[in-house]
Amino acid sequence: MKLVLIQPDWRGEHVPISEPPVSVSPELNDQTASTQPSIEQVYRHRLPVRISHWLNVPILIILIMSGLQIFNAHPALYWGESSDRDRVLLTMRSVKSDDGNIRGVTTIFGHQFDTTGVLGYSDGMRRAFPAWATVPSVRWLAMGRQWHLFFAWLFVINGLIFTAYALASRHVARDLAPTRKDLRGIGKSIRDHLVLRHPVGEAAKRYNVLQKLTYAGILFIVAPLIVLTGLAMSPMIDAAFPWLLTILGGRQAARTLHFLACFSFVGFIMIHVLQVVLTGFFNNIRSMVTGWFIVKHRGVGHEV
Amino acid sequence: MKYKRAMGRRGFLKGTLGAASLVVVSGCDNLTQSSWFPSILSKTERLTEAAQRAVTSKNALAKEYGEADISAVFPANGSIDPGTEQYAEHVARNFSEWMLEVSGLVKMPRSWSLAALKELPFRTQITRHDCVEGWSAIGKWTGVPISDLLREVEPLPNARYAVFHCADVDDEGIAYYESMAVADCYHPQTILAYELNGAPLDIPHGAPLRLRFERQLGYKHAKYVMKIELVDSLADIGGGKGGYWEDQGYEWYAGI
Repeated sequence: MKLVLIQPDWRGEHVPISEPPVSVSPELNDQTASTQPSIEQVYRHRLPVRISHWLNVPILIILIMSGLQIFNAHPALYWGESSDRDRVLLTMRSVKSDDGNIRGVTTIFGHQFDTTGVLGYSDGMRRAFPAWATVPSVRWLAMGRQWHLFFAWLFVINGLIFTAYALASRHVARDLAPTRKDLRGIGKSIRDHLVLRHPVGEAAKRYNVLQKLTYAGILFIVAPLIVLTGLAMSPMIDAAFPWLLTILGGRQAARTLHFLACFSFVGFIMIHVLQVVLTGFFNNIRSMVTGWFIVKHRGVGHEV
Repeated sequence: MKYKRAMGRRGFLKGTLGAASLVVVSGCDNLTQSSWFPSILSKTERLTEAAQRAVTSKNALAKEYGEADISAVFPANGSIDPGTEQYAEHVARNFSEWMLEVSGLVKMPRSWSLAALKELPFRTQITRHDCVEGWSAIGKWTGVPISDLLREVEPLPNARYAVFHCADVDDEGIAYYESMAVADCYHPQTILAYELNGAPLDIPHGAPLRLRFERQLGYKHAKYVMKIELVDSLADIGGGKGGYWEDQGYEWYAGI
């Protein structure tokens, strides 16, 4: 087994990544070498990125769950400035059906879905999102707001520090911005993802094009959008920056966009965690805890 | 066999998610019920107020809309009828004897009848009402700028808050009240409204006088206002947090 260590560069300069170690030719070596893949350790995530990532785990979970608590106080979404009835896009309600049972009904663009047990009515309670999905679990708008606004500040502060670091350290330019070559390979990358074929060897050292686009999209589109739409629901901020609601389509539209951005985060987190599990759970977790990621190079014993 | 394995996987996923949710929910519930954590959370309010006031000019106006934007139905929330005998008498007399008192830390306390208030210069504004629950409605309000009333009574230098005492009491007999910084009383859109959409205020919307405190959430807009009292501290009024809803855990600064 050949181990190549690449030392982190603490000055924040480009982390040198060595050429893949060349497997020693069997003619010149004993036979056991050829049956083992060579292993390389790569310093993948630098400390500020790791700290910011793990802070976001509790912050996002609490923001999402306290946000659902706030949503439950008025479980409907609209487009435009006001919540007039002709502007409704989505509602989650409980209704008494003909047989006397209470059903949870979710209505999207006028189409009704029976969501009893999860949305509209769950565990014998008339509530949009169920108790297991909200902070606090009981219906308590005032406390939900306190949790939400406290963690919203942490989210923004963490995000600003990360963004400053990511720009200054060229993390964005080097690791997140897709290159032209990346973009040309997007079709292949989509096919690879669909059949769960993950990059190995040299290609596993950097993000693939779909990863880059997803991370960049979450960091630079969805995260700013969720902050701006959150701020746009503040009547004071609307007085200070009236253009905010103009570009977002109105106060209720901002609320709807805030909800959609939230569920973009939920979808992202689910796929992200799934990919972490599928592509080597312990290796991925180690790399986000210690920074070190192990890359296996194609040896005879390599498995796909 | 394959089916069984799929169920096993789904069960595992459900179990994992369920366990994770249980940990988060019960952990957060424990913190919510602890003696110390909510007081940390509530520190946010001052930071938010300081930040929002820093980026908002003192007289920045809440957006005013056109007639076409007025909501067909303006929901009435909170108390929709004070339900007391005295109030019923005022309703029977069409509020002809309703008096607004402005007192407390002022040089010249005085009272106005509803008719006298309607003689004063008024302001009409079509604004958006944002409820803490999440809904918004647009309405046209007409009323007396509170700054005009304060100029008459001349607040003393130590007057920090204006407390709005209301005619409604809840089921437990607790009187509704609200408060704002005296500085916010001078905002041009801070008015005591007596008309909604061109008609005298009805009972659900706060007849005969209700506060419009644009730039803050709906629960600050006190209904059935009888008295404005200028004070230097909120500690001795009601539950001491500056308002009926504030005493139940809502923020005093309701700019977000």
